Amino acid sequence: MADVNIKINGKDYQVPEGITVLEAARMANIHIPTLCFLKEINEIGACRMCVVEVKGAKGLVTSCVYPVAEGMEILTQTKRVIDSRVKNLQLLLSNHNRECLSCVRSGKCELQALCRLYDIKEDSIYDGEKPKYALDGSAVHLVRDNNKCILCRRCVAVCEKNQGVGVIGPNERGFNTYIGSPFNMKLVETSCIGCGQCIAVCPTGALAEKDNTFETFAALEDPTKHVIVQVAPSVRAGLGEEFGLPIGVGVEGQMVNALRALGFDKVFDTNFSADLTIMEEANEFLQRVQNGGTLPLITSCSPGWIKYCEHYHPDMIPNLSSCKSPQQMFGAIAKSYYAEKAGVDPKDIVMVSVMPCTAKKFEIGRDDQDANGMPDVDIALTTRELARMIKRANIDFLNLPEEAVFDDPLGQSTGAGVIFGATGGVMEAALRTAVEKLTGEPLADVDFMDVRGTDGIKEATYNVAGMDINVCVCSGTANANKVLNMVKSGEKNYHFIEVMCCPGGCVNGGGQPKQFADVRNFVDIKALRAKALYDLDKDRPLRKSHENPDIIKLYEEFLGEPGSHKAHKLLHTSYIARPMYNDPKSKR
Amino acid sequence: MATAQTSVPFDDDPKLREQLMAVIEKYKGEQGALIPVLQQAQDIYGYLPIEVQKIIAEEMGTPLEKIFGVITFYSFFNLYPKGSHKISVCLGTACYVKGSRKVLDRLQDELGIEPGQCTTDRSFSLDTCRCIGACGLAPVMLVNDDVYGRMLPTEVPDILAKYK
Repeated sequence: MADVNIKINGKDYQVPEGITVLEAARMANIHIPTLCFLKEINEIGACRMCVVEVKGAKGLVTSCVYPVAEGMEILTQTKRVIDSRVKNLQLLLSNHNRECLSCVRSGKCELQALCRLYDIKEDSIYDGEKPKYALDGSAVHLVRDNNKCILCRRCVAVCEKNQGVGVIGPNERGFNTYIGSPFNMKLVETSCIGCGQCIAVCPTGALAEKDNTFETFAALEDPTKHVIVQVAPSVRAGLGEEFGLPIGVGVEGQMVNALRALGFDKVFDTNFSADLTIMEEANEFLQRVQNGGTLPLITSCSPGWIKYCEHYHPDMIPNLSSCKSPQQMFGAIAKSYYAEKAGVDPKDIVMVSVMPCTAKKFEIGRDDQDANGMPDVDIALTTRELARMIKRANIDFLNLPEEAVFDDPLGQSTGAGVIFGATGGVMEAALRTAVEKLTGEPLADVDFMDVRGTDGIKEATYNVAGMDINVCVCSGTANANKVLNMVKSGEKNYHFIEVMCCPGGCVNGGGQPKQFADVRNFVDIKALRAKALYDLDKDRPLRKSHENPDIIKLYEEFLGEPGSHKAHKLLHTSYIARPMYNDPKSKR
Repeated sequence: MATAQTSVPFDDDPKLREQLMAVIEKYKGEQGALIPVLQQAQDIYGYLPIEVQKIIAEEMGTPLEKIFGVITFYSFFNLYPKGSHKISVCLGTACYVKGSRKVLDRLQDELGIEPGQCTTDRSFSLDTCRCIGACGLAPVMLVNDDVYGRMLPTEVPDILAKYK
């Protein structure tokens, strides 16, 4: 594209034609503040934080949606611009519940940060009527507090556009506008899938996960309980951000040490049960291929995706792998195999999981996730909650040793388990095992590059033992919807599909550390975090799930073989078709 | 505006349903089709209850929330049907200072509905208006085409009884 000549604050720049003033300023190292803007998702120019002066334009323009043009003269820091931003902030504050001291988002709030940036002293100058909204804590994974909502519509945009769900939106108009569901339904009565992407993009404290840190601390305090923890792969790729580290810095060692310092009796790794998932799922795939079972087989690790499928594509339920997610497999094994080995009564075990995910809070309460007559997992925490616990326990995270190993016998994992957190990772891990099983020969190259990367939909064909296997990998349920529609119409013929609910996979899950939109819009967070996982994979001595010695031992000592009766009882589950609206029973 | 579901039972008349499907068929897949579809659906049913919204959502592949958001944004769209007797209370300046709010409150109490809504048996619907040009009679309310002036809240039950 051709370049255009523009002036920003009196200096000359050449920038590509077609970009926005916001992007052009960014190239000149000027970070214009934004609030409502989410690149490609919420480009509505509504909040007017990003206003600038453009010579010749009528009034101030919103730089987030205003394209550059030849000869354009832009002023980003005039008194007129600053006064306007200040007034906008004061107006936003006029009906905002300013309880920053007790707000979960304090310190990470984009509105708060902008108020500090512009030194807003008169925060109540425009105070008038303040609507009082009841909190919606009906869903198990989140709380909506519209008294802190600034109507930026970022949550609405991700829900509809990235996830293809659209259960929240602006209702009514003018001063009465609020973000909610149709007919004032509570979120639990809608087909919300629990992904938490809305929380991830909310600039204020209007959306937050349900906090389970207090009950976790209580369990840790209880001497009669054996409290064990499992940590999902993506947590180690994101947790560092909560402590000021750059995005994509892996903190596996510090994380394990922090969990020990918190007092967990055992610190285990969900990567172990990711390897276990591969054993079961690869077996299921081979069975279906060899015995003419329902294809394509679709992965089932992501509870947000599962709920999406149950609501929106119930006819595809037979295609879902019956494998439980790694979180649930872990709990089922912990309360049987591990309990037996450790000589602990499974009733005394409190199984805590740390996940990059809010839908995991829903998953632990699903039907058929209680293999041992009790819930497989008792508490599901998000990465953000773990960070909160570490801070509250006064643990100096950054100075913890980087060296640490998970506990035995559920702590060892292969590189295949590690990459479960990134889109394409489950597929690659499954292929590493399935291809070896099909050909009976060791795999020369374990890197399946075609399924890596952050594209929303990826596909590849592998010729294995004389058979072409078509695979597809997608993330973000709006993309999953596209893929399923292509499968149903016969346009595509896949054998195996990996779906992760959140765009980019679990590394970008709804429970991961929050990053300001200012970062999200210009940095590919999901790619950076995924790299941390692929680096760990590269360095692991073992990179195929079926070579994990503890997994081999688990089958020898306890489960028999993949797909055995016992494996089915413990490691597999079932799904139900769910209605779209207004059925409180669909909570479980 | 009240945004709860109406308590008036939905009459799923196959003839009306057929008309609605024809409208949807005509506009399906078109950019910006939602508002014309909603307008014509309201022409068919007189209002837009959840049942009609669900049909439109499903057939057009639009989230129900998006439809509900549009309907509650524009005052033209009704979530509630009109009753066989339409009551309207003037909240214009003259009527307001003469206490029409209290008349409205009494009506809400007697009928158990908010402005914009309709009683479950579809006999009365309640609305507010701004000045009907009878300020000399303030406060004023209308039942269908009958004008009631110099209203006192205590007169409400007797007037309603006339229409029952």
